[in-house]
Amino acid sequence: MSLLEIRSLSIRYADAVVVDDLTLSVDEGESVGLVGESGSGKSQTALAVLGLLPRQARIDGSIRFDGTELVGAATDTLNQLRAQRIGIVFQDPMQALNPYLRIGRQMREILVQHKLAHGNDVDARVVEMLARVGLPDAERQFRSYPHQLSGGMRQRVMLASALIAEPDLLIADEPTTALDVTVQAQILDMLEELRDNTALLLITHDLGIVAGRCERMLVLEKGRLVDAGATTSLFASPGHEHTRLLLDTAPRIDRADIPPPATGVTILGIDSASVSYAERGKERLQAVQDVSLSLRTGETIAVVGESGSGKSSFVRALLGLVPMQSGRVVYAGAPLEGPVERRAKAQRRDLQLVFQDPVSALNPQMRVHSIIGESLLVHEPLLSGGARLTRVIESLEQVGLDAGYLRRFPHELSGGQAQRVAIARALILGPKVLICDEAVAALDGSVREQVLLLLRKAQADTGLAIIFISHDLAVVRAISHRVLVMYLGRLVEIADNATLFSSPRHPYTRALIDAVPVPDPVAPLNKAPLLGEVPSPLSPPTGCVFHPRCDYAIDVCAVKLPATRDIKGSRVACHRADEIELAR
Amino acid sequence: MSLLRNRAISVSGAIIVATAACAVVGPWISPNDYISTDFDRLLLAPTTAGAHLFGTDDLGRDLFVRTMLGIRVTLLVAIVASFVSLIIGVAYGAIAGFVGGRVDAAMMRFVDTLYALPFIFFVILLMVAFERNFLLIFVAIGAVNWLDMARIVRGQTLSLKEREFVAAARLTGVSTGRIIFRHIAPNLIGIVVVYMTLTIPQAILVESFLSFLGLGVQEPRTSLGALVDAGVNLMEGASWTLLIPAGLLAVLLMCFNFLGDGLRDFFDARHTT
Amino acid sequence: MLRYTLLRVLGAIPTLLLVIVLAFLMVHAAPGGPFDDERALPADVEANIRGAYHLDEPLPKQFIRYLSGLVQGDLGPSYRYRDYTVSELIGQSFPLSLQLGVLAMALAIAVGVSAGTVAALRQDSYLDRIVMAFSMTGISIPVFVFAPVLVLLFAVKLQWLPAGWSSTSGSSRLLLPVITLALPQIAYIARLTRASMIDVLGRDFIRTARAQGLGTMTIVRLHALKPAMLPVLSYMGPAIAAILTGSVVVEEIFGIPGLGQFFVRGALNRDYTLVLGIVVFYATLIVFLNLVVDVLYSALDPRVRYQ
Repeated sequence: MSLLEIRSLSIRYADAVVVDDLTLSVDEGESVGLVGESGSGKSQTALAVLGLLPRQARIDGSIRFDGTELVGAATDTLNQLRAQRIGIVFQDPMQALNPYLRIGRQMREILVQHKLAHGNDVDARVVEMLARVGLPDAERQFRSYPHQLSGGMRQRVMLASALIAEPDLLIADEPTTALDVTVQAQILDMLEELRDNTALLLITHDLGIVAGRCERMLVLEKGRLVDAGATTSLFASPGHEHTRLLLDTAPRIDRADIPPPATGVTILGIDSASVSYAERGKERLQAVQDVSLSLRTGETIAVVGESGSGKSSFVRALLGLVPMQSGRVVYAGAPLEGPVERRAKAQRRDLQLVFQDPVSALNPQMRVHSIIGESLLVHEPLLSGGARLTRVIESLEQVGLDAGYLRRFPHELSGGQAQRVAIARALILGPKVLICDEAVAALDGSVREQVLLLLRKAQADTGLAIIFISHDLAVVRAISHRVLVMYLGRLVEIADNATLFSSPRHPYTRALIDAVPVPDPVAPLNKAPLLGEVPSPLSPPTGCVFHPRCDYAIDVCAVKLPATRDIKGSRVACHRADEIELAR
Repeated sequence: MSLLRNRAISVSGAIIVATAACAVVGPWISPNDYISTDFDRLLLAPTTAGAHLFGTDDLGRDLFVRTMLGIRVTLLVAIVASFVSLIIGVAYGAIAGFVGGRVDAAMMRFVDTLYALPFIFFVILLMVAFERNFLLIFVAIGAVNWLDMARIVRGQTLSLKEREFVAAARLTGVSTGRIIFRHIAPNLIGIVVVYMTLTIPQAILVESFLSFLGLGVQEPRTSLGALVDAGVNLMEGASWTLLIPAGLLAVLLMCFNFLGDGLRDFFDARHTT
Repeated sequence: MLRYTLLRVLGAIPTLLLVIVLAFLMVHAAPGGPFDDERALPADVEANIRGAYHLDEPLPKQFIRYLSGLVQGDLGPSYRYRDYTVSELIGQSFPLSLQLGVLAMALAIAVGVSAGTVAALRQDSYLDRIVMAFSMTGISIPVFVFAPVLVLLFAVKLQWLPAGWSSTSGSSRLLLPVITLALPQIAYIARLTRASMIDVLGRDFIRTARAQGLGTMTIVRLHALKPAMLPVLSYMGPAIAAILTGSVVVEEIFGIPGLGQFFVRGALNRDYTLVLGIVVFYATLIVFLNLVVDVLYSALDPRVRYQ
């Protein structure tokens, strides 16, 4: 008998069916990956196991844990199982922890409630667990509040809470999605280390993670189980076409889908840009320091970095949304400077931006045709209403939507459709430079694929130059001609796509590439390449900002800022770039 | 319209409209007026004789017509006063939110301090000082209620300012004026309407309170609050003089509160996908 | 924290000044004077009396005179109750109003929070609907409407409680006025607590607590209560103001010689100093209490404390 047996599980809300006749099982000690796109019902299933679905949910079917039926079980029965036999880790640790209580206080209650320790023992065990999950200075963290910890540390706390009562099954719902990729690697390693014989149900949309960490894999599509089997088998020969779709659309960092090389003249030149913020009463925060790049027409350059890298600030300063402290920007031969409101109309028309969250990027009170057409009102005010409408319909078609979408409101659009509307809005003026700030981060496999295709086509048709900001290296591999890597506001490396991924010159780039999970179960699994976390931009390390975490650091790295130099086609900022060999 | 599908909105809205309609039509069709006294018919219980549907008061005046007129005055005062506080509050809040920075901090500090003071004292002083001027009532009540509105509008404006579609508009080159009117303002309407329906009951209460103290609408004009005040004195023996206006007052207040709740639910649904 | 408190105290002083100026101006802008109601006095006698009270001086001078007296704690004499100073009158009547107000506030919080919490925990049940219905009526019926109704019911018809203030001297005479004063606040606080509690109970960290197997009462006590109380705490400032307002009515109806009653009388009698004195007194009280509320709020929310 399996540890967890789900039979014919259905979960319904009013008229929507989110899980439909689902049957799956997890055995003792095994690690199972539950994959699917958003809305496929993975999280709902996890919540159903622990009886955590909202009141409005209607549940049918059976969930048995070690023989006990959980559907419709009394709260007491469920409470006996929670934490002690089944633990759960959620996606967003900032929301999942109580911001008003100290960490230790929240955790100790688990032991007290389940009578697992008494008196002074309780606190001691909590501190011990905090140390086990790798929190530095566990005693002090016991008394900290969640907001004083970084994202990675908070997730470690969540892991600690989930495992402290030594459950038989751990459910992890997108445990690393909200984290930087290098931190993700650390957490996944830690999870494996702490797991022992605990069964693991790992819910994720990232096939790379499943490939590396799960023995078995279950595939959900729209609430139904469509495929199940050993991970290696399924990757080699998927049973269901949805699995095939997921595998095909998963961006891969190990495979090159390198687009044709760019042509064209340099259209945008940024020289030593620096951006800093000063909040009232607080210290100055240096978000970007001395970053330079040049962009040619028809070219896509990706700006890559983790949190604190300054990539968003860089781009916002470029566009004039925030002030640039120093540096020069030249666009089409003319200087580009000053706040956006004071710039020339032509310049504003030529540089457009697409945001990460399509829903908040669209005015909820405006219909699609107004949203897209507004730019025309500003830049081509002499157009008649009819002519404007024609242009709007054209741009909708350009992004693959038909005229039926004209009168819709943003809340009536799906994530993918909304993002396409946002792109249509950006492209309708025929810009020369398009900046995409994590434009596909919120989108799923097939939808993401379509949007990337759309961008490539626009580039091929009009010679559009694209600056593509992303934290997802696999996506970057698929779409960019050149890549710029940033760390803590500084330029670390810039090179061609092929060169960067095959022979990176900077230790950070190497670590970043190694940390990305590869959707190949047969490939060897890398241990987390980087320890620790990105330091706070308020107090950056001296000399080379990366040196505290660098495996190759020498004395000079702590003292002197490295100059950017050209090494065999890459521009690198590292003292030892010509000595160390990082290619695999 | 989906607006009407919400039961709270449609039922309370209907009651309010019906009441207002009665208040307008009632005095026309009744043979009585609000001012004639009839010393032969003092304190009559509600009866159909002489069309005294609500009875008469201690001066023999017909209470039906007086009540209908009272409703008119109460609603008028409440709506106009709410409008005054709306205009002041929205302007103040929108400016504070849009300009931001130190100006915003100073403006909100001012509101915060005023917020806790018992404004009612000032209103009383005002009414006493200026001899119960009818127009003044509107101003006084409006001045009391604008604080909430200002706070709400400022908060909403601040968060709207940071929203990406505003940044997108700025980037495109949309003029500041158009940003305010086309992007920020329409997203404020929802919350402003909701709060309006919640300030109206507050205004009604303030007006009633003033009447109770004898500082509200002056005789022979009357409002629901004044009628209740009169009814309190006649309570023993002529309970209808208290119960009818009090009941109507309570119903109106409840309807506005329900309406506000319903509108709030409606607008919440629109914004969350 | 100390710095925060100090800043708030300093910030309160301009507010008080503003209040004093406003009240002063309004009182003196009112047509008529404190002696109009009385028998018409011969002109020179009236002039003398005016001189004695410094009413013939230019307004700014009167203001400075008032302010300097204020700083020394002297609120001036009452024009109406000639044998008393304003401070004495306030001293006499305030303790009564204070007693009433504090009891009402305590009752309101105790009943309101409990009712709201229970309603939130049993959302959509009959109990919940009853609590909501009650609180809706509570905020929809003005105090001066149900107060006489309550008196009618409990004092006249049922004879359980005394009707007038002076009819007895026992503490039972407090019961009806306190309940009357507290009822609208109970209704509002119950509503507020319920909404706030429902909101907090829907948050992710409560889901985590449930996933950890904690019992309902533990979750409410440890995780939910503190954040849920924050909006209620914020409401305390306006609540105090509302109780003050309500006390005017309640004192009037029950014939209680409290501060509210004196204020109304003073306003109607053009008793400048009395009115001014009461306004200043109340304003100071409220500003101070708001300060306390603010400091308490920052104590409860650790994100404000540890930046």
